[in-house]
Amino acid sequence: MSGISMILVVIVAFFAGMEGILDEFELHQPVIACTLIGLVSGQLTAGLMLGGSLEMIALGWANIGAAVAPDAALASVASAIILVQGGQGVKGIGSAIAIAVPLAVAGLFLTMIVRTITVAIIHLMDAAAEKGNYRTIDFWQIVSICLQGLRIAIPAALLLVIPAKQVSAMLNSMPAWLSDGMSIGGSMVVAVGYAMVINMMASAEVWPFFAIGFAIAAISELTLIAIGALGLSLALMYLRLDGTIGGNNNNSGSSNSSANNTGDPLGDILDDY
Amino acid sequence: MADSKPIEKKIKLSKADRLSVAWRSTFIQGSWNYERMQNGGWCYSLIPAINKLYSKKEDRAAAYQRHLEFFNTHPYLASPILGVTLALEEERANGGDVDDVAIQGVKVGMMGPLAGVGDPVFWYTVRPILGALGASMALAGNIMGPILFFVLWNLIRWGFMWYTQEFGYRVGTRITDDLSGGLLQAVTRGASMMGMFVLGALIERWVTITFVPVVSKTTLSKGAYIDWSTLPKGAAGIKKALTEYNLGKGMALSKIKVTTLQDNLDQLIPGLAGLLLTFLCMWLLKKKVSPIIIILGIFVVAILLHVIGIL
Repeated sequence: MSGISMILVVIVAFFAGMEGILDEFELHQPVIACTLIGLVSGQLTAGLMLGGSLEMIALGWANIGAAVAPDAALASVASAIILVQGGQGVKGIGSAIAIAVPLAVAGLFLTMIVRTITVAIIHLMDAAAEKGNYRTIDFWQIVSICLQGLRIAIPAALLLVIPAKQVSAMLNSMPAWLSDGMSIGGSMVVAVGYAMVINMMASAEVWPFFAIGFAIAAISELTLIAIGALGLSLALMYLRLDGTIGGNNNNSGSSNSSANNTGDPLGDILDDY
Repeated sequence: MADSKPIEKKIKLSKADRLSVAWRSTFIQGSWNYERMQNGGWCYSLIPAINKLYSKKEDRAAAYQRHLEFFNTHPYLASPILGVTLALEEERANGGDVDDVAIQGVKVGMMGPLAGVGDPVFWYTVRPILGALGASMALAGNIMGPILFFVLWNLIRWGFMWYTQEFGYRVGTRITDDLSGGLLQAVTRGASMMGMFVLGALIERWVTITFVPVVSKTTLSKGAYIDWSTLPKGAAGIKKALTEYNLGKGMALSKIKVTTLQDNLDQLIPGLAGLLLTFLCMWLLKKKVSPIIIILGIFVVAILLHVIGIL
């Protein structure tokens, strides 16, 4: 990898690290982060496909309450770098993912360290606030964001320094049964993310929706967009019949306009999804 | 404070000020910390508004300090709370009777219920759907996958943040009444219905477990399989074979029909094994097993089962 590519990879890693904590632009999601690393290192297709596979695993990873989810930012960046350095192209995706998932755990501890350091920064903000010095508050806010960026950029740089030969030798020495088994495992761990999501959302009311979705997905002609449209329509129909949206449907005439008014903002919001 | 401001000079926040606050709230989680969580980012977001509203240094200092109190909610749902807070601060700067307790009370009162809206809607419905869409395109080698995911996600996110912040600003203190009303609750319920529907579909499509053991080998009768030895030579033979095969709907490729365990399961319910694995994971998670241990465990089991020839 050329020097410029390496610098670009570290920059991508830096942004992924920031985003891993901000959770706004979603640059740290594998489908974007892996693709970007593939792009700057000249292996776009491999990065893209790695991103797709890893995204399927990471879909349900979300940092909520006490649930500790693996760190998608480090998983994406580390696996993409390993894939690119290994030089196996698309073939290396299975083993890159298998190495990335345990690394995602390490990312958690790094996050915890940074969040603890930030406690000290908050006290510096307090002091600045007391003096009415808003530029200092801005400054420390930016410093904390950069710390989160470094959380991923430093491990990425370390992975880049390990020579490509060593990485590919390690990957090549892996016996077929191990790498095949890891690929199989990779397509199974997807279930963990989904299970986390279901545990948060499931209620007696929504289980039938799950069952219909599961049964209907077997029709392979349906694209995900079609399935999404079906789900949205079913939910809207349910809420409308339920009377939650559109007000009381038994009312007629003048009260209909007010019912429409209460329904409209909800409709707008749902349309956005 | 009312005496310090001339009546005719009302300070209003311009649209540019509100946009600046909305943009800064993008970084609300930047200084997330274990002591007061999002407080730094919250104060950082409000700084342009505070500077506009208060010109005296001690007023500004007091405002910065009051907004460095504990705060934590879903990062996007902070926007409506910011909107309400802007309205309250504006009122206060213009001499209104809004004390620290009222502002803190509104913040704390709104952050809990709103966090409960944001998680199912954004993390569990919008992101899995858009992510699966982008990922399935990426897996097919289509660069539009990540681009589509990025653009759609950020349009929805920014639209939501700006719209709800403006909504909060307009409604001011009245928003708390709206929260107890049905609107946000309906959105949450609708999102979890649609989310569960899509989850069911995703599990069927993407949790792939293929059992390879052979259940039976049956010899097919003549005419049910392609008789390769009697085919014409060259391209004509290929054509005839493809016609007879008819995309798998016609004759079989070989004389012996191999039925694997997977074929049997697929006739029952396609994707059953993936579904059962998901239920197992749910149960383990409820038993407080760490997801990381489950993930590593799945890898170990998958490798073992592959070695002994089941997967």
